[in-house]
Amino acid sequence: MGVALGRLVQWTAPGHGTRALEKTPLNEAIMKEIIMFAESFIYKYPQEAKYVFVEPLEWKTDLDPSAFESGYVVSATTVKSEESDENGQPLLFLSVPQIKVRSFGQLSCLLLIAKDTKLKEAQACIEGNRNPIAKILGLDYNTVKEESSILNILDKITKYNDTESEIKMKIAILLKQLDVNLLNHSLKCISLEIPLHPAAVKNDIELLKHFSGKGEQTVLESIKYTSDYEYPNGCRAPPWRQILGEICYVLVKPHDVETLCITCSKEGVFLNGGKTDDEEINYERKGVIYKDLVTCLKEKSAKFSENMSKQKTRFNELQKEKNKPNETPKKEAPSALRKAIPGSDKTMLEKNQINFGKSNMTKRLEPSLNWRTTVDSKEHRTSVHEERHGGRVEKSAPSVSAGKAQLIRKSGEKVEEIVSESSSESEEDEEPPDHRQEANADLPSEYWQIQKLVKYLKGGNQTATVIALCSMKDFNLAQETCQLAIRDVGGLEVLINLLDTDDVKCKIGSLKILKEISHNPQIRRNIVDLGGLPIMVNILDSPHKSLKCLAAETIANVAKFRRARWAVRHHGGITKLVALLDCAQNSAEPAQSSLYDARDVEVARCGALALWSCSKSYANKEAIRKAGGIPLLARLLKTSHENMLIPVVGTLQECASEENYRAAIKAERIIENLVKNLNSENEQLQEHCAMAIYQCAEDEETRDLVRMHGGLKPLATLLNNTDNKERLAAVTGAIWKCSISKENVTKFREYKAIETLVGLLTDQPEEVLVNVVGALGECCQEYENRVIVRKCGGIQPLVNLLVGINQALLVNVTKAVGACAVEPENMMIIDRLDGVRLLWSLLKNPHPDVKASAAWALCPCIQNAKDAGEMVRSFVGGLELVVNLLKSDNKEVLASVCAAITNIAKDQENLAVITDHGVVPLLSKLANTNNDKLRRHLAEAISCCCMWGRNRVAFGENKAVAPLVRYLKSNDANVHRATAQALYQLSEDADNCITMHENGAVKLLLHMVGSPDQDLQEAAAGCISNIRRLALATEKARYT
Amino acid sequence: MTWSSGTNSSPESPSVELRYLRSLLCVEATFNMDPKALGKLVESISKTVKSFKKSEVESLVILFHGLVGKPDERLDIARLDRSTFRMVLHGLFGMTDDKLMNRVFFAFDKDSDNCISVNEWVKGLSVFLRGTLEEKLKFCFEVYYLNGDDGYISREEIFDMLKNSLHQELSEEETDEGIRELVEITLKKMDYDNDGKISFADFEKAVKEDRLLLEVFGQCLPEEKVQCHQPQKDEGTF
Repeated sequence: MGVALGRLVQWTAPGHGTRALEKTPLNEAIMKEIIMFAESFIYKYPQEAKYVFVEPLEWKTDLDPSAFESGYVVSATTVKSEESDENGQPLLFLSVPQIKVRSFGQLSCLLLIAKDTKLKEAQACIEGNRNPIAKILGLDYNTVKEESSILNILDKITKYNDTESEIKMKIAILLKQLDVNLLNHSLKCISLEIPLHPAAVKNDIELLKHFSGKGEQTVLESIKYTSDYEYPNGCRAPPWRQILGEICYVLVKPHDVETLCITCSKEGVFLNGGKTDDEEINYERKGVIYKDLVTCLKEKSAKFSENMSKQKTRFNELQKEKNKPNETPKKEAPSALRKAIPGSDKTMLEKNQINFGKSNMTKRLEPSLNWRTTVDSKEHRTSVHEERHGGRVEKSAPSVSAGKAQLIRKSGEKVEEIVSESSSESEEDEEPPDHRQEANADLPSEYWQIQKLVKYLKGGNQTATVIALCSMKDFNLAQETCQLAIRDVGGLEVLINLLDTDDVKCKIGSLKILKEISHNPQIRRNIVDLGGLPIMVNILDSPHKSLKCLAAETIANVAKFRRARWAVRHHGGITKLVALLDCAQNSAEPAQSSLYDARDVEVARCGALALWSCSKSYANKEAIRKAGGIPLLARLLKTSHENMLIPVVGTLQECASEENYRAAIKAERIIENLVKNLNSENEQLQEHCAMAIYQCAEDEETRDLVRMHGGLKPLATLLNNTDNKERLAAVTGAIWKCSISKENVTKFREYKAIETLVGLLTDQPEEVLVNVVGALGECCQEYENRVIVRKCGGIQPLVNLLVGINQALLVNVTKAVGACAVEPENMMIIDRLDGVRLLWSLLKNPHPDVKASAAWALCPCIQNAKDAGEMVRSFVGGLELVVNLLKSDNKEVLASVCAAITNIAKDQENLAVITDHGVVPLLSKLANTNNDKLRRHLAEAISCCCMWGRNRVAFGENKAVAPLVRYLKSNDANVHRATAQALYQLSEDADNCITMHENGAVKLLLHMVGSPDQDLQEAAAGCISNIRRLALATEKARYT
Repeated sequence: MTWSSGTNSSPESPSVELRYLRSLLCVEATFNMDPKALGKLVESISKTVKSFKKSEVESLVILFHGLVGKPDERLDIARLDRSTFRMVLHGLFGMTDDKLMNRVFFAFDKDSDNCISVNEWVKGLSVFLRGTLEEKLKFCFEVYYLNGDDGYISREEIFDMLKNSLHQELSEEETDEGIRELVEITLKKMDYDNDGKISFADFEKAVKEDRLLLEVFGQCLPEEKVQCHQPQKDEGTF
């Protein structure tokens, strides 16, 4: 059963919540088998039917309690079976709509009760219990899975010799038999289905095209393929979709509905997700599978259906004409026969289906009339059947064969692999619109000239080919018209084919053109679709350096999107590209090598270029590292050619997003060279170096290295040049990350970078602003810098930025404002600008990071504002908002809000308000946490909140005390202090003292008394004394 | 008797092409050669041909002798005839076009006596195998313009050389038309001064812009593929 369920049953795509079973005939057949098995269980195996499942099978049922009769205790919303287990638990328990069943006996009964909705119940059960065997027999039976042979089971029987496990074994064997049964059954089902064939699909589409166009009489407005390229096997789907059985995609515009994007696959025809914004097709199936295109369109467009029947006669004639040459008279007879039958709507529909699109099938299969009737009756049966079982009344379609299911799974994995690539590759990933030049449109003269040249490429010998290639290069290949012209006249195929020849000159010529035209995003995709990448990857092994160079450069251009990068890696390109980097090591260049050869350095440069493109995918970064690319890149970084340095640093910068790389970059002493190149003249190089430093400077040691190698000064200097925004963004980013270290901040102050940063707070793009503000946030941790920021007038622009919408920017701005607010003088300005209100309203921001950051920033504001209490109260609904944030599930938000509450609660009136808003139970609820940061701020908030009314008692009632005692076992001294203070406050209440004592607080607190931290000492001692005093008082009371 | 060592005992082993050439021939005949005469000959040739080392020149001379196949003849008067030379071009350098092989022969045959002397042989091969771009440029141009006395490659000559460059799927007329167009394309590309023929200056300029055009009208230099087999480590030895 497990195997059948796991492998065969067709689940819908994983979506939200539980996955549902798809409505396919195969699933239905399987379901029916299972029902039969379960229904007859009670009669066939009465002994086993009493066996109580390890865990109940649970699902949502549609059954009404009233349906149950004798043997059940029925109430309005619940049903209990009279039959129960040893512990008195009922074996069937229904509490609308959840049902739990714990034995096969009850399962059988239930199915009998369910009568007509049996199938539905069974489906719900299977959907609700993805692993029924584990539930029935316990987990250890499930682990044996497929490998479990009878031997295995026998082995177990001998091990446990009691009756219980004997029954268990019996059931296991029964289920196993069912499994085998199901598999056999589904095989039978599958073998009945006939897949569509590319030729049949093509024929359908050709015919429909014939009858499409403007006007009322046509069946469709238009029908066209999404891709003009037809693979030799007749398919137009890209290869990685072909393995899923997909043949082609068509865009159909019927008269009465929107354009439909339809997938024709071997399993049938269905609507897909349509063209996405980036012009790639969303391959996901939407809706049911139809058996062919015409059926599908009939369902979707009434007009089509109507006109189709009008066209029918013409259609048939055409069909016949088409078939005549290779048709036997025998075959024509039945179709004529059909024509003769004047039929109802239904037969007419069928007739069309059969005539249309079947001609090709018949050609293949040479069927008899007999065969047809079987198909028809089968079709008929399934549809009737579906109606009866209350499913959607749709003609469901043939499904996947077992072997294919395997294939689908495999390719699914592959797709996942592609998808799992890193996120840093957004920019180039949109698929460009694929506009082909219309044949009739006004074509530029280049088009015809290029067409002529391609003709020579196709039909010429090596000499003619080289001439054609050379003169093709004279066209402006940077121009899109030329690029597309080459493709549209079939030049790409020829160029790629040339790469497979032996002739070096042809290869060079072809690559030179491919290199240029692959700047065009569409061409890149076409090159990948035509399988150009594996060939180019192979060329990387060529002994000709210029070939290597050109191939690498072309790969660098092509690998700008995910699928291409995947292909490069998949064909072993990364290792080869990394090997190219090694070329530059043979410093002794041969005096005179081949005529067409390039220099070693050039080879390495091209390799680096290609790696740069490839390194935008996570898996490729890994592959580069594994191929030993980092030391080679480090070595190349020591050269002084800008052309070389840019791709090398670019690759490093791209890869530095990975932890592994950052460690390696540190180890290979790359930082030193990055810093050195910051001083280069080349802006692009500076940008990439700064970017790489930005990525790496998350690490403290790296930050120190940057300082030690004198990198801070050039960074500060580069700040003054604001024309190149990309570079500015990179430089400010590097400054931000570097300023996390205090020593670096001091240096930056020396270089007057703080002033410059403040100047950059206005009129800059967001990418720059995020970094500038981030840097200021770090710098303002120090008093001197806070003063500088104020003196330079930085507070106003910072507060102005609080109204933005960019999440990253808001996080940084709130942090910076919070840092500034530590200074009372700054706070006055912030208050005047109404900054606190802006911060407060950011608590409503949907992003948890922003919320948390805003709450943190509020803490110093409340601390340092004059009349803070009054100010806080003046925000209508503000306090309620803060209290409600305690319901968040983000730890950082919770910690920050606790900190804010600590500050708010210092004002008695506000404390009263938040108490009314229920702060005590909310805080108490958070007490069971292991997060030290949250623990600390929570404890502080609790100790502050104790100051009002009977809050102390309320904390005790809400069970906050015991968890707090456990905080004392934490390793964080801050947590200890806060907790001791909270406990001290709480210990004013006698009941709390008892709870503390019961939880062993005294011993822990005694340790704390010995702490060097005075506050902690005091709080711990105070708490102990409260507990002790209570104990004394009780004793005294007892004796008097 | 170092010169007779067919095996590579000498530390400065000749380059692969030469080794390849030598290995193909039975050089038994050379044992009969007078080592003194050989040495003298090699000495005199080495003075004019700088791109080969002495040992290489020696090997080439021995090879030449082997190709001529007349062991008794004196080295300096031995001559290689056209058919043997074409055999060498075809067998060793992968050339296939009869017409061009003839042209290459004429380019080797500096004194136009319809056969190749040992001097011409070594000189020709020096361009062929080790020539700088300039030398090869000159060589190729010579091969292509050969028939014209005026030092230009004319339209007719181009047509003649490209005649077989299209596959024979089309009718003769269509092919002719195709070739004519191809000639025009070539002229458009290479005839910078628009005089309807290609001068050396045109040729030089075009090739410097795109090296692929060096053998634009057909192969007249050793095939690139052959050089592919050259192992990397040898590159460093000379």
